[in-house]
Amino acid sequence: MSWEWDVVFKYFPQLLDGAWLTLELVLVSGLIGFALAVPLALMRASTNGWVRILPFSFIYFFRGTPLLVQIFLVYYGASQFEVIKASFLWPVLKEAYWCAIIAFSLNTAAYSAELFRSAIQAIPTGEIEAAESVGMSKPLMIRRIILPRAFGISLPAYGNEVILMLKGSALASTITLLDLTGMARTIIARTYTPLEMFLAAGLVYLAISALVIALFRFMEYRLNRYQYYNHTDTPKDLDPQLRDPHIDN
Amino acid sequence: MDLQGFGHLLISGTWITVQLALASLLVGLIFGLAGAAAKLSNNRLARWIATGYTTLVRGLPELLLVLTIYFGGSQLLMWMASWFGYDEYIEIGPFIAGVAALSIAFGAYATEVFRMAMQEIPKGQWESGLAYGMSPARTFFRIILPQVWRLAIPGLGNLFQVLLKDTALVSVVGLNDIMRQAQVAISATKEPFTFFLVAAFIYLMLTAVATGVTMFMERASNPAARGRS
Repeated sequence: MSWEWDVVFKYFPQLLDGAWLTLELVLVSGLIGFALAVPLALMRASTNGWVRILPFSFIYFFRGTPLLVQIFLVYYGASQFEVIKASFLWPVLKEAYWCAIIAFSLNTAAYSAELFRSAIQAIPTGEIEAAESVGMSKPLMIRRIILPRAFGISLPAYGNEVILMLKGSALASTITLLDLTGMARTIIARTYTPLEMFLAAGLVYLAISALVIALFRFMEYRLNRYQYYNHTDTPKDLDPQLRDPHIDN
Repeated sequence: MDLQGFGHLLISGTWITVQLALASLLVGLIFGLAGAAAKLSNNRLARWIATGYTTLVRGLPELLLVLTIYFGGSQLLMWMASWFGYDEYIEIGPFIAGVAALSIAFGAYATEVFRMAMQEIPKGQWESGLAYGMSPARTFFRIILPQVWRLAIPGLGNLFQVLLKDTALVSVVGLNDIMRQAQVAISATKEPFTFFLVAAFIYLMLTAVATGVTMFMERASNPAARGRS
């Protein structure tokens, strides 16, 4: 087997162009998905059964079906209806780029809503009661207490979801987009070097996920700083009477 | 919903999807067990290989794995076969490529599930097995594995759901699964929304069945908790 390194080097800049599109897809649909997931999670955590039913069925559908079906439903499915083709939506829905954004956003919204829901329910009841007892209104409590707390709790799991979304974004190549995978496939069709090109693309994916992991580690350190807090040692010359035997040893 | 006589095509696709999922599950479980055993072994090289395997595979898109194995696999296999003096053309079909890719991906995640389950087993279980004069392998299969199984089933159930959904990716390299058959029906009927929606509901049904089976196995493998729920 001949391993053609020069082909990899020659086309690497093009692969990086594809990587930009991948990053763009993940970032844009991640932001939209996040914005959708927060209200969905709040509704899903509601005690009212009627409020819960819509987010529940949304989440159930998007978590129970393959992402590929969801992309195809948006990209190919929309063209079945003359109503959509005639409407103002068509300029958006005929673009593969926006179809991918729509499908990825809805998909990640469903997964992250479920994460946020379990985080909301994991907030110690004492904190909610404390907020109520100081007279916070419900919206204020959600904004000041519930959401920041839930976000801190769900951060590690949300980082995993972003990695899964990064991996899912490879499916954009199935609807003609030239993301990292799509670009690799195009180059392979021209040069017939599948192993070399896919290996190079895989390395770029690994680099991106390493970056995402590092970013989330950092955010976790900042947001959940109280978990990493080390108290400063008591001065050695402090009056022994003032020492707290439970803290110092 | 009018399927215009394409129902049987979708059913045959469902059967292929189920076969692909079960075959990948079986091979993937073996990868997972081997990976976990390697990660917990005293051999530094084995640990190093297993860590490399899980880190690498969990950072790569499943679609990329499927494509690499389908388009590059035969090249790689022929290269390896040439060491042994075998120079015939080797072709990898979409089903085999799918099983290979999906089980490698499943195995990487299952390694972590098994590793965590194995760490939960008290060391005394190993020691008592060995004290009875069982060989390490027998202790593993008779004493440890049944207990690991019980702890691992919920995690493995979740992974199987992911695997079931990832089978759709193999349609990209031409396996006649649900997705592919839906596309065939669409090219004749020009009704993409209808058929992809039907495909989506078949997947929903399959994942619902998988959830049910997982719950049943969870109860069956845990006699102590059977009375509780």
